Amino acid sequence: MSGGVFLSRYGTVLALLALIAFNLAVTPNFATLQTLNVNLTQVCTIVIVGVGMTLVIATGGIDLSVGSLMAISGALAPMIFMGKLFELGSIYASVALAIIVAITAATLLGAFNGWLIARFRIQPIVATLVLFIAGRGIAQVMTNGNLQVFKVPEFQVIGLGRVFGLPVQVIVMTLIVVVAAWVLRRTIFGRQVLAVGGNERAARLSGIPTSRIKIAVYAISGALAGVAGLIVIAINSASDANLVGMGMELDAIAAVAVGGTLLTGGRATIIGTLIGALTIQLVRYTLLANGVPDAAALVVKAAIIIVAVWLQQRGQAI
Amino acid sequence: MNARFQTGNVLATYGVVFTLIAVILFGYLRYDNFLGSFNILSVLRYNSMFAMVSLGMCFVIMTGGIDLSVGSVAALCSVVAAYASPYGLVPGLTAGLAAGLIAGTLNGLIVTRLRIMPFIATLGTMLAASGTALLLAQNQSVSVSYESGFVDLGQGNLLGLPVPALIAAAAYFLGSVFLNLTSTGRTVLAIGGNEDAARLMGLPVARVTFLVYLVSGGCAGLAGVILAAQFGAGQPIEGVGWELFAIAAVVVGGTLLTGGAGSVATTLAGVLLLGVLFTILNFENGKGWITLSAYWQSVIRGVFLLAVVLLQAKLTGRVETQDLEPVSNVDVGPK
Repeated sequence: MSGGVFLSRYGTVLALLALIAFNLAVTPNFATLQTLNVNLTQVCTIVIVGVGMTLVIATGGIDLSVGSLMAISGALAPMIFMGKLFELGSIYASVALAIIVAITAATLLGAFNGWLIARFRIQPIVATLVLFIAGRGIAQVMTNGNLQVFKVPEFQVIGLGRVFGLPVQVIVMTLIVVVAAWVLRRTIFGRQVLAVGGNERAARLSGIPTSRIKIAVYAISGALAGVAGLIVIAINSASDANLVGMGMELDAIAAVAVGGTLLTGGRATIIGTLIGALTIQLVRYTLLANGVPDAAALVVKAAIIIVAVWLQQRGQAI
Repeated sequence: MNARFQTGNVLATYGVVFTLIAVILFGYLRYDNFLGSFNILSVLRYNSMFAMVSLGMCFVIMTGGIDLSVGSVAALCSVVAAYASPYGLVPGLTAGLAAGLIAGTLNGLIVTRLRIMPFIATLGTMLAASGTALLLAQNQSVSVSYESGFVDLGQGNLLGLPVPALIAAAAYFLGSVFLNLTSTGRTVLAIGGNEDAARLMGLPVARVTFLVYLVSGGCAGLAGVILAAQFGAGQPIEGVGWELFAIAAVVVGGTLLTGGAGSVATTLAGVLLLGVLFTILNFENGKGWITLSAYWQSVIRGVFLLAVVLLQAKLTGRVETQDLEPVSNVDVGPK
């Protein structure tokens, strides 16, 4: 393995390890469970959305609508569990219904994206732009732009609860990452996703239902955006349709790109996306913990994205 | 090329102009003063910065690329222009434009030298410009000088027309001449049509690709100058989502995102259409029949975008059929 290939394949992991080593040496109180939890809590919605984005990008597509779908899911759930639409006898029943309805709505909207792309051959960036623009508007219209404040511990356990000291949303994130990584590597569906991204015509000629695969990945991306939206509002104890998921599409795409998934499709890594998101998060944490302003951290984040993608491309050229 | 394809293309290209005329006609018949000079001038004044970023975006998309950085570059340039505004109109304008050109240069270099996909390259510049704007402005808006005449660039009138609209009109005129009457302009379309073929024909692909990002940066710079002059302050957190508005305007204007075809004039029609829809909403609320909150505007814009892309797909025959036509994959980067 030549140096270039090694750097392109494991560069992000090395960068993550280097960051951890740097923090252990420099940042006070870094090696604590508290630090771990803070970082994992902040990164987990990006990872969850990033998993869906990885699958979409693996087919050669892109999903700009995830942030807006988070807003819709986040606006819908409180309306149900706060009993604004109708009353259910038990709080557990209404929380369960709220979660199911919110995620189902996001899944269906994601499937709608996939349908536009598969049926009408609209470019993914344009097709998902429709819901990027309209989706947040739908969430704002549903809530009339108002903040929904709530205190429902039965629901907020997904954002604030802990099991064995680990935040619940981190457990949810881990489960999603493990299942998605297994699906992508070990199942027929996963191989078909990569085949569609590698060469769509060849995939279709070899009998792969390319349209169904595409609709499925966008539906999954929508569903995961729905989950992320619920976690965000649970952490905040409030749902603001103007803010939930704002800019998430670009954060998720950045994590996917830094993680080593090809943006042209055909090759993808879920674990890479996790590492990519963790690296970006840890860079930000490192800078903030050492007194660098957040604005400067943005510039550094930009540089990291460019350098990481450049290194990967060099590795492929060799 | 069969006849259906030809008519389809004409409709797909000029459909936006007909739609714009129809929407304006609807507004004129339904509301008093819809075509009053106050309303027309304020629509033109407010939309001129969106028109500027959309013009740059249109050139980038015609090469098959994309520029996500236009919004935050405009924000950065509004801050730079605000700092330069006490020295007068020309220094303010020059400083804002220069900042935009620097950002454009950065995009162009990353895309052509490092050969990174435009989507990722300009995503990086977007974050960097936003961070730089916040650092320069120390996380708050920067007031412009009202004595130096700088604010005329956003609030002034010349021959009864808003200055920012005149700037945008001049830019679109120059852009149209450049695209249609110069060999570099034709090269822009050739790159988007088939980059490899353009390279094999000996066209200066790298130089022209660099140029479109430079132009886009410059347009975003002017948009930032107008932003600062119009609202009296450099605004580091403005411009969020402008890039996607610009992409929508370009798409509604009939330019294909795969590149190789497009028109400057219909892009302007796309910008105006999205802008006029918002005005219609305001007038409709004024009539009192229905009360739609401002939030409906993004829903309506989204539905409009959907209608346009569905129509384009139908007219250009891109609808999925069982026979195997060439697959039109999204391709936003150099091979």
